[in-house]
Amino acid sequence: MRVVEAVLSIFINPQFYKIALTVATPLIFASLGGVFSEITGVVNIALEGIILMGAFTSVVFTYLTGNVWFGVLMAIVAGLLMALLHAWGSIKWAGNQVVLGTALILLSQGITGFLMEPIFGQPGQTDFVGKIDEITIPGLAKVPFIGQVIGEISPFVYIAFGCVAFGWWLIYKTKLGLRMRAVGENPEAADTLGVNVYAIRYFGVLMSGVFASLAGAYLSVGEIGQFKELMSGGRGFIGLAAMIVGKWNPIGAMLSSLFFGFFGAFANQLQSLQQIQVPANVKPLFDTIPFILTIVVVAGVVGRSRPPKADGVPYEKSA
Amino acid sequence: MAPEVNEIKTAHHLYAVEMIDITKRFPGVLANDRVTLRVKAGEIHAIVGENGAGKSTLMNQLYGLYHPDSGEIRIFGEQKRFHGPRDAIRAGIGMVHQHFMLVDTLTVAENVVLGSEPVKGLNFDLNRAREEVRKLSEAYGLYVDIDAKIEDIPVGMQQRVEIIKTLYRGANIIILDEPTAVLTPQEVEELFEIMRNLKKSGKTILFISHKLNEVMEISDRITVMRGGRVTAELITKETNEREIARAMVGRDVVLKLDKPPHKAKDVVLEVRNLWVKDNRHLNAVRGVSFQVRAGEVVGIAGVAGNGQTELVEAITGLRKVENGEIIFLGKNVAGAHPRQLREMGMSHIAEDRLKYALIKPFPAYYNAILGRHYKTPFASGAFLNHREIKRFTAELMEEFDVRPRIIEHLGGNFSGGNQQKLVVGREIKAHPKFMVVAQPTRGLDVGAIEFIHRQILRMREQDVAILLISMELEEIFSLSDRILVMYEGQIMGEVRPEETTVEEVGLMMAGKRLEEIRGGKK
Repeated sequence: MRVVEAVLSIFINPQFYKIALTVATPLIFASLGGVFSEITGVVNIALEGIILMGAFTSVVFTYLTGNVWFGVLMAIVAGLLMALLHAWGSIKWAGNQVVLGTALILLSQGITGFLMEPIFGQPGQTDFVGKIDEITIPGLAKVPFIGQVIGEISPFVYIAFGCVAFGWWLIYKTKLGLRMRAVGENPEAADTLGVNVYAIRYFGVLMSGVFASLAGAYLSVGEIGQFKELMSGGRGFIGLAAMIVGKWNPIGAMLSSLFFGFFGAFANQLQSLQQIQVPANVKPLFDTIPFILTIVVVAGVVGRSRPPKADGVPYEKSA
Repeated sequence: MAPEVNEIKTAHHLYAVEMIDITKRFPGVLANDRVTLRVKAGEIHAIVGENGAGKSTLMNQLYGLYHPDSGEIRIFGEQKRFHGPRDAIRAGIGMVHQHFMLVDTLTVAENVVLGSEPVKGLNFDLNRAREEVRKLSEAYGLYVDIDAKIEDIPVGMQQRVEIIKTLYRGANIIILDEPTAVLTPQEVEELFEIMRNLKKSGKTILFISHKLNEVMEISDRITVMRGGRVTAELITKETNEREIARAMVGRDVVLKLDKPPHKAKDVVLEVRNLWVKDNRHLNAVRGVSFQVRAGEVVGIAGVAGNGQTELVEAITGLRKVENGEIIFLGKNVAGAHPRQLREMGMSHIAEDRLKYALIKPFPAYYNAILGRHYKTPFASGAFLNHREIKRFTAELMEEFDVRPRIIEHLGGNFSGGNQQKLVVGREIKAHPKFMVVAQPTRGLDVGAIEFIHRQILRMREQDVAILLISMELEEIFSLSDRILVMYEGQIMGEVRPEETTVEEVGLMMAGKRLEEIRGGKK
């Protein structure tokens, strides 16, 4: 009984929902990045690597300049460069997008691992370099319960939701969005109507770089103020899963990111319950919960989620 | 200088399109060899020729998709150089491709305006798009469901969307590339009505086809192509099908096969109340029953996508049977593995030869034994018997006239007709008792079609039971002993070719049951 009570106590604690939001935030960025890339027809598993690069770059530039927001800006630049590599290989050279993405993940793991020593003088993880503080929304912070959830929280959480709104508007309400959807579904048709398939795809992939790097920046300077090796921890992939569950729609991707965040936070809170007393050697098992959940949801519940028809297929003009 | 200007001015009145001395070469192929095409403003001009005659290549140059190696293009007398479709669209040219260029997940209105979208501020103005489409749809009698997604509307409507797309972009010259290939006879009539409307409002139409009766019905003038050249320019009223056919093929062709009477024997295959689902888990075949006897050809007619593919896949063991029985030689084989069925004497000429019948990077001698590769004499134990395989392949290629006669030639490097002959040869040489023949002549030229039709009739005389599935009514009529018509997964009726008409079969293809058509008469 005490265990059930303890578990239920998790759900009435506003802190739990705040944690759920912060766990979901990088997933929202990553899944939105996935949507932007795949909706134009380019599979981008490099998200995982871009997140890592973004996390690292923002820490490096925060460390060098002392300005955290400058660090974030440079993370975006790094994300754009990585995405440009992916776009160039997969659009211009029609390379296999999964192989390219894998290469970029390994590349970013190698680069970040290698640069730890020369820049910070130590492998593994950096010292604290500076962090973006939580913002307090006047008024809202005073509202009971809700104020404790979103009244005082990292600005990245708000930025993430802003990006989702922007993404939804761009994809469904502008002519650029119409063209993006057309290019991912039937590039040949778009081409015959004078739509520049390559330019649209470059745009989609580059935007995915921006969003993924924000996910990375949030993980490091947004949350803990330091970089740890391999700290992206599979969030790029869970982001892609959220994108699939969300049917390649920014809102859907956001909702499924929140769902994953909710369970991530739940697993997290379970471990810290005194009543449960998880032995240290079992803890890693708890960390796999989001991934197991991903497999179950992606394999089972969705089923009917249909990717853009030209997703992952390079477009080559016939003559 | 003066006379030249004058000349252009007259040309302006007379010709909408002039393509003069166009030559286009692809690696290894001279696709267009000094082709000259002149299309008068406001006429329906047919371009006919066999597959590979160069019609599509010529049209793709007019639409800016390819660039001619030499020659010039004039639109209303003005010389043009198109760098892409955008330039052609700007010059008032619109093209409806044979394979529709539509985005399935977008709506009709969105598809029409894609690439030249109306905007309001930063936003795409969907309401104005819908309004524009509605206006065009009403002005030309092109009925479409503006807010439906393309994937939810029938093929005939998709084609009208394509036509509206060209009109939205202000096309005066509309190219229709084999527009009737995907339509029922009734839909073809509707299309012709639309074409006449367009002509009335001053549009010039280029109609590409290889169906002579249609060309005779709708066109004003005809340009015939063969082997990349123009072989005739005819005025429709002053010519006939035979003359066009001669110009197309270069010799007199047998337009009708003679099919000797042949008595059907025992039932070889019987399908009872068969239900099959498609990839979207919807019922594609809904309670179909029929029999095929030894020595007869049963033809299944119907517009593509009415369950024929799923029916074939269920019979050949490629798709799960939801309900019902398939009795083959007295045994229920629903759910049997394809290999079991082959062992029992079933052969299958698949509708998509590149997907199901051939392996492109394999040499002819492997493609020739696929499906029997594990059996003697082609294999002994785990090893392939290459000497026998090659001997067999050489024999097959000789017997079925597969060219070039090189057994090492890769499957993907043969022409479509020769690929199909290789497949037909392989399936026939397995000495089947029952053959499923799906779309056997799709995309082939007249010569290859004739050859394959003869092979099918030869099998019939050898008492093989044959199930023929085809979208080509002519093929169905000339080969079948009995015709079944499929519509939305059901059989609308069974008729004998000598006792029915194309119109009657066409009505069944459009969903009318035979009893309804014949009413109280029978």
